[in-house]
Amino acid sequence: MSLRIVVSIKQVPDPEHFDKISLDPHTGSITRTGVPLVTNPLDRHALEEALIIKEQHGGLVYAITMGPPQARKVIEDAFAMGVDKGAILCDQLFAGADTFATARILSAGIRSLGDYDLILCGNDTVDGATGQVPAQLAEFLGVPHVTHVRKIDVLDEKSAAVERSIEGGYLKIEVQFPAVISVLKNINRYRLPTVMGIVEAAGKEIVELDASTCREFGIGNEEMGMKGSPTKVAEVFQSTVKRKVYMIEGEPEDVARKLVRNLRERQSI
Amino acid sequence: MKEIIVWAEQRNGRLAEVSREIITKAVDLAENLEGTVSAICIGDNCTLLGKELISYGADRIFLVEDSRLVLYQSNVYSRVVADILFERQPDIVLVGGTSIGMDIAPRVAARLRTGLTAHCVDLYIEPIDGKDQLIQVIPGWGGAMMVKIVCPEHRPQMATIRPGVMEKGQPDSSRKGEIIPVIPDFSEDDFGAKTLELVEEESNKGSFEDTDIIISGGFGLYSSGGFALIEELADALHGEVAGTRPAFDHDWIAEDRLIGQSGKNVRPKLFVSIGASGAMHYTTGFMKSKIIVAIDKNPSAPIFDIADIGIVGDLNQIVPCIIEELEKQNNQD
Repeated sequence: MSLRIVVSIKQVPDPEHFDKISLDPHTGSITRTGVPLVTNPLDRHALEEALIIKEQHGGLVYAITMGPPQARKVIEDAFAMGVDKGAILCDQLFAGADTFATARILSAGIRSLGDYDLILCGNDTVDGATGQVPAQLAEFLGVPHVTHVRKIDVLDEKSAAVERSIEGGYLKIEVQFPAVISVLKNINRYRLPTVMGIVEAAGKEIVELDASTCREFGIGNEEMGMKGSPTKVAEVFQSTVKRKVYMIEGEPEDVARKLVRNLRERQSI
Repeated sequence: MKEIIVWAEQRNGRLAEVSREIITKAVDLAENLEGTVSAICIGDNCTLLGKELISYGADRIFLVEDSRLVLYQSNVYSRVVADILFERQPDIVLVGGTSIGMDIAPRVAARLRTGLTAHCVDLYIEPIDGKDQLIQVIPGWGGAMMVKIVCPEHRPQMATIRPGVMEKGQPDSSRKGEIIPVIPDFSEDDFGAKTLELVEEESNKGSFEDTDIIISGGFGLYSSGGFALIEELADALHGEVAGTRPAFDHDWIAEDRLIGQSGKNVRPKLFVSIGASGAMHYTTGFMKSKIIVAIDKNPSAPIFDIADIGIVGDLNQIVPCIIEELEKQNNQD
């Protein structure tokens, strides 16, 4: 058996540094000065799952990302984990894409790489956190999708049995390839890059794709980026939800006594 | 006349609570638009669910009944919903943001070539350039910022809303509505991803969303080496443990206890937040709690803007004192 697996990954601000991110109220744009960029954590689990499947069943793992030039870094990091090939979709025309336009651009990028059996993604990203791209990507590719996946058992070259988490349990699903599967954190523990991997990564070439790739697959310039996004940001505003806070001060013992008394008076406890 | 359509989720023949919440919201929006509210319900033998949706304010139910559609089938469900929407051309579509809702909504939106906004915390109608638009409010990054999203040129305008964000109204069993059976058009080939079984897992969490007291911890707990203090306090208060995304990323809490934009929305009687500065994507998850207590070492942390009671200090000193105080008082009772 030999499976061709494409992993769609994204560069995001490091969640450990979220407190440094702010929105500029005048421009509505995100200020991320001083926030390091990393591979979206769930996408690393998707990469790991692809590598596990390849080790068990044979095949090839391709990583693809859409982003500005510095997003090459996430592909280099994927190489260091052991991914075989990588591609970046990078073009000014892609800027400002919502999930709809992003999924459409990714679908063209993935088609340009040739046949595939399985597309893996992280279930959502720590920045947008919508989790909408995997199902939309599947729609644009015309293949089945399963999201919220915590376990994948490849049955044969054409199908896999998966466990899909839902509130208070899971669904057992059998999915036919090609398909898009998005994974959750508990699916695996991802490996760290090895020194060998980093050395090998340095020699690997990243396939560069742009708007012309999309046009080859019938996506016009007006269908990319902000223009091709049905949703728009209308306004950014300061939240007015504030409460009048009563600060309790003093030594820890006093504070604790006052707090417990106060909560009892309010019948909260 | 404008129509708002809600996708009403059922599981084991019962309506998901969020479906009642968003029907109530849809009724509210429909009043503004002078429109009507419809719901799509897919399953088998779900006439009673249709009647329940009518009691919550739906005018019309599209009932899709088929023994092969008892369990959620991503491809067939999304196709059936999209077909109904194609035909009805509604102005707005609302979907409850359960894990299933977050699976079907994006596929349907892509199929209809329209926009979708995830995790809305507020929805209302506002005219922009003479056209009624659905203003979809979502929490922005970090800080106390909110973002208004619109879908100006495409219809329907689609939004997902997490459970617990909207309040459900009072049902009125005397309300009248129309139940319209829909014969779905699909074949065996449409089950590219086939759900075979729903497995309910034993869970010790009880009904976390309905709990009265929640103790939530953030990255500040790093200084105490983990969540033991939070758990002790939760025990002393007979409450439940929850946490922020950094707490989840450090494996201190399970995913179903994550509070905020990418987790749960809760509104308990008492919410105690410890060692979290109060980024918007966290606070949005418990903003509607009755009493909010915040404990953090940073006096200028935004968490104190949304708290009723604030304590500035070292959680490693303060929390043990609170536990001791509670135990002392419990012993006196």
